Amino acid sequence: MDYTLKEMMAIVAAREIRNEDIVFCGTGISMLAAMAAKNINAPESVIFFETGAIDSQLEELPLAVGDSRVMYRTSANGGLLDSFATMQNPITGKHVVGILGAAQIDKFGNLNSTVIGDYYSPKTRFSGSGGGCDVASFVPRSIIFMQHEKRKFVQKLDYLTSPGYLNGGNSRKEAGLLDGGPVMVITNLGVMRFDDTTKEMYLSGVYPGVTPQKILDNMEFNVDISRVKEEIPPSEEELRLLRDKCDNQRLIL
Amino acid sequence: MNLKQNKETDLKSVISTYVTSGCHLSIGGFTINRNPMAAVYEIIRQKIQGLHIYAHSNGQGVDELIGGGCVSSIEIAYAGSGKFASTCIRFKKAVQENFIKIEDYSNYQMTLRFLAGSMGVPFLPTRSSLGSDIIKIWGFSPEMRKENSKFPNDKLKVMDNPFDNWCDTQKVVVVPAINPDVTILHVQEADLRGNCRIQGLSFADVEQAKSAKHLIITCEKLYKGDELKIDSDRTQIPFIHVDAVVHAPWGAYPTACYNYYDYDPRYLKDYATAAKDDGLYNDYLKKFVYDLNDHNALLKVVGDERLNTIKADPRTGYAANLDRR
Repeated sequence: MDYTLKEMMAIVAAREIRNEDIVFCGTGISMLAAMAAKNINAPESVIFFETGAIDSQLEELPLAVGDSRVMYRTSANGGLLDSFATMQNPITGKHVVGILGAAQIDKFGNLNSTVIGDYYSPKTRFSGSGGGCDVASFVPRSIIFMQHEKRKFVQKLDYLTSPGYLNGGNSRKEAGLLDGGPVMVITNLGVMRFDDTTKEMYLSGVYPGVTPQKILDNMEFNVDISRVKEEIPPSEEELRLLRDKCDNQRLIL
Repeated sequence: MNLKQNKETDLKSVISTYVTSGCHLSIGGFTINRNPMAAVYEIIRQKIQGLHIYAHSNGQGVDELIGGGCVSSIEIAYAGSGKFASTCIRFKKAVQENFIKIEDYSNYQMTLRFLAGSMGVPFLPTRSSLGSDIIKIWGFSPEMRKENSKFPNDKLKVMDNPFDNWCDTQKVVVVPAINPDVTILHVQEADLRGNCRIQGLSFADVEQAKSAKHLIITCEKLYKGDELKIDSDRTQIPFIHVDAVVHAPWGAYPTACYNYYDYDPRYLKDYATAAKDDGLYNDYLKKFVYDLNDHNALLKVVGDERLNTIKADPRTGYAANLDRR
């Protein structure tokens, strides 16, 4: 079965989403992953957007979280205050899964989506936090999409936009953040997870044909590779549903 | 505040009256939806400069204001226009080349700041951004803050929960209130007094509206009678907050307006292409803003045929099956 890396990444993320999860989506592949989960393995999961749309019926893929497509047949159309309250609400917040992306990540899952270089005269300026920092601060589980490149998996972030496990261990709790943090990083080469105690990133999965060494060659810091397994490629059924139900206009795939 | 029964005016005079050089401005909408674009283009056309912008994720409108040379400083959470520009292009250039001063916040923080401003409290607490550089790194210097009474002395403050460990919370970040000099919103429906109805998502429009010293509304549909006094549970912004109302059909174009029209993918793509090159961008400004008298003239340049392709279909509220590649 032929599949693309994007399809693999979307399916790996979708498999992590369960019924009873309330899925916070950004744009692009994260939206696709949430739609895939809903159409494949977690039909009762709920998609929501920081813009205030909850339980959107996505007949077409939105091109931004403010796209009118997220407003169609929702259970409620609110605003930003509503969506961020959902994440912090002591009842609903426990079920929220955030899907994030960034320009840089460090070994504790902290993210930079603000600048490369000096903040005051940046080499490259990015969009900024948006709701990313809020989600990363609030939700019990977040999934991060990254391209596996040395300049993106860095020793030290140029700017810490969204907190992961900060300096590892208990430092997230000590800083006063809510329990939780990133659970996995999905890249074009494999999947990384975080150690329960140290909160350090380790290699948990490689895609067929990718060696652990290739992963290490594409990051600035070292990770434990002793726990690695091969990720199961998307099945025919998963691919069919992803292509036909989630992005039949091929806007992202 | 203005309690007049009829606040209808035209865009040219309302912009020149309220949006003055150096004023602190916020605009409604989100990324590529319901930005008050007719007003944005009028601000650029009037060559108003030195604006300070408060933004959560106001993509297209903010990028055009920056590209038009109207902005000198900005407090912002996110500058992106969805798939058309993952980072707004003129924004990116202006920051990288130090044309504007910038200070970063998160979307929730900016929304809380407007809410605090609307409530008349100096700050509100959140747990967002603890441990991050959003707290540590200031965009604006202490001197810049002291010189201008419109800025608080600090960016963000971390404090211990004054109720001890109540709600299992030890620390909070407090975010300072914002009261923009002017907020401009584009809404689906308004009446002559300024009662406003937003359809679909309201984003942070209501908080931006109620925190503003002056509020300008542009609308798709303007009611001359008291129709909006019926089913008023659908009205989010009562007229007491509003200073001026402008009837501006397609006033969010080229961004979307739920139940009325979609964003124009072609316009946004062409914009992104032009924005990458200074020469092309000057041509864009001349052709689509400076050489046109008003928003209607822009709509004529775009043409009915193209506008028809983005009209919302009544079932979904957007233009289903629109070619967005």
